[in-house]
Amino acid sequence: MRQIYVPLLAMIIFLLFWEALVWVNDWPNYKMASPSDLWPAFWRFKGLFLTYGWETLWRTVVGLLIAIGVGVLLGMVMGFSKVMREGLYPLLVGFNAIPKATVVPIVALMFVGQHDLNTVLIAFMISFFPIAVSVSIGLSTLEPEYRDILRSLGASQLTIFWKIALPKTLPEFFGALKVAVTLAFIGTNLMEIVSPHGRGLGALFDSGKTNSDYPLMFAVLIALAVLGIALYYVVVVLEKMFAGWAERAPD
Amino acid sequence: MKTSHDRDLIVIDGVSHTFATNSGNLQVLDDLTLGVPENGFTAIVGPSGCGKSTVTRLVAGLLKPDSGTVWLQGEKVTSPRATVGMAFQNPVLLEWRSILKNVMLPLEIVPNDLNQAARETRARDLLKLVGLAGFEDKRPSELSGGMRQRASLCRALVHRPEVLILDEPFGALDAFTREDLWMTMHRLREEEPFTGVLITHDLRESIFLADEVIVLSGRPATVQYRQALPQRGPRNLDQLYTPEATEMLNILREQIRIARESEDAGA
Repeated sequence: MRQIYVPLLAMIIFLLFWEALVWVNDWPNYKMASPSDLWPAFWRFKGLFLTYGWETLWRTVVGLLIAIGVGVLLGMVMGFSKVMREGLYPLLVGFNAIPKATVVPIVALMFVGQHDLNTVLIAFMISFFPIAVSVSIGLSTLEPEYRDILRSLGASQLTIFWKIALPKTLPEFFGALKVAVTLAFIGTNLMEIVSPHGRGLGALFDSGKTNSDYPLMFAVLIALAVLGIALYYVVVVLEKMFAGWAERAPD
Repeated sequence: MKTSHDRDLIVIDGVSHTFATNSGNLQVLDDLTLGVPENGFTAIVGPSGCGKSTVTRLVAGLLKPDSGTVWLQGEKVTSPRATVGMAFQNPVLLEWRSILKNVMLPLEIVPNDLNQAARETRARDLLKLVGLAGFEDKRPSELSGGMRQRASLCRALVHRPEVLILDEPFGALDAFTREDLWMTMHRLREEEPFTGVLITHDLRESIFLADEVIVLSGRPATVQYRQALPQRGPRNLDQLYTPEATEMLNILREQIRIARESEDAGA
């Protein structure tokens, strides 16, 4: 019960504070929208919020799924082979160091008009790095005794990976996935905002900006927050299901 | 050389081994020869870093010797074989499995004709034998260090290996827990006969558990001293405090001192 009403109360206090701030300062709509302005904005564009929200959601999820596939593969290659780790790591660090905001216009130009492709691509590019690093670290730091226990019984490399290396890496993997899901979401929105004639919540945000419709822009922010929270908690639930053992029981 | 060990289940025959390290080659074993008879239990002691663990990895087939041969049941050891069970100082239990499932792990890998129910019964029986009845469904993180080590012993024995290799399994435990586990080892040996190699740096442990103690020299290690221990029937901890035991401990301590000096001289 407390787990529900404490966060709920905090949220209500936050909204009241926001509303009061706008009211006390007498800010006009175009300077700062207040929570009471948001509902009308939602209602006016409810159809767009639904369709564009869906666009943003599936692009993020697809980008993230590709990031998981590529990240896990890269992590496995780097985790099992020292040579590959030494070769790939500087490349990955270099690639990750480039602010993805600067890559967005490049990709937008490369695949001009293909909104789905370039949005998914950016979501993937921005989010695979933490996954690859966590999997490679998880695998390369596997204590040799774990390997020996199975190897001394005549287990194959595949069995060792399946029975020990993979489950042992899951907590690190889910830690990285929580970071990656937020990053992928940022990637999707960056592209949706920049892409001309785009779709998705980012495009809705951009059209709010063009029309100086501040309540709409803030409404998009709230919608993005809701989607982001939902995605994050999906990961949390998956983590509990597959790596719940890593959570220590409270003493 | 080999003929003298013909009847031994484990034979290490003239084995030398060298590791390549960053600071050059490091020879750890030099013409090491020893044997363990069937259902015998041999303790190997020696200065730290003298290559004791290398011996266990050679017997388990995890490592190939540069020269010489390791024999198990009259067969050359060239790769790991399912007739070996291992336990280390670190119990390396899988945190995501219950204690029962941890113990059952070897049965999932080693070919056997047990069905799921029979595997579970086998694991439960062993856990009961070491005093872990009632803890089958706990996670390793919920158990004390001594209990985890007991579970690790069960896992090493669950597939009824011919050879049990113990690499300082009680090294990280407190003195009282360690003595409890020594008694558990005797109980296990009575119920489940096996041929054992115990690596340890605890001389009391070696004379309490083993039928023979072998002292390895400093690096590169070879057999410096061997002492067969009289069979004494049922054991209890009082036997560690008899004049005979004290004398034995003094002899072994002196041998370790010599081994460490040989190492210092070599280095």
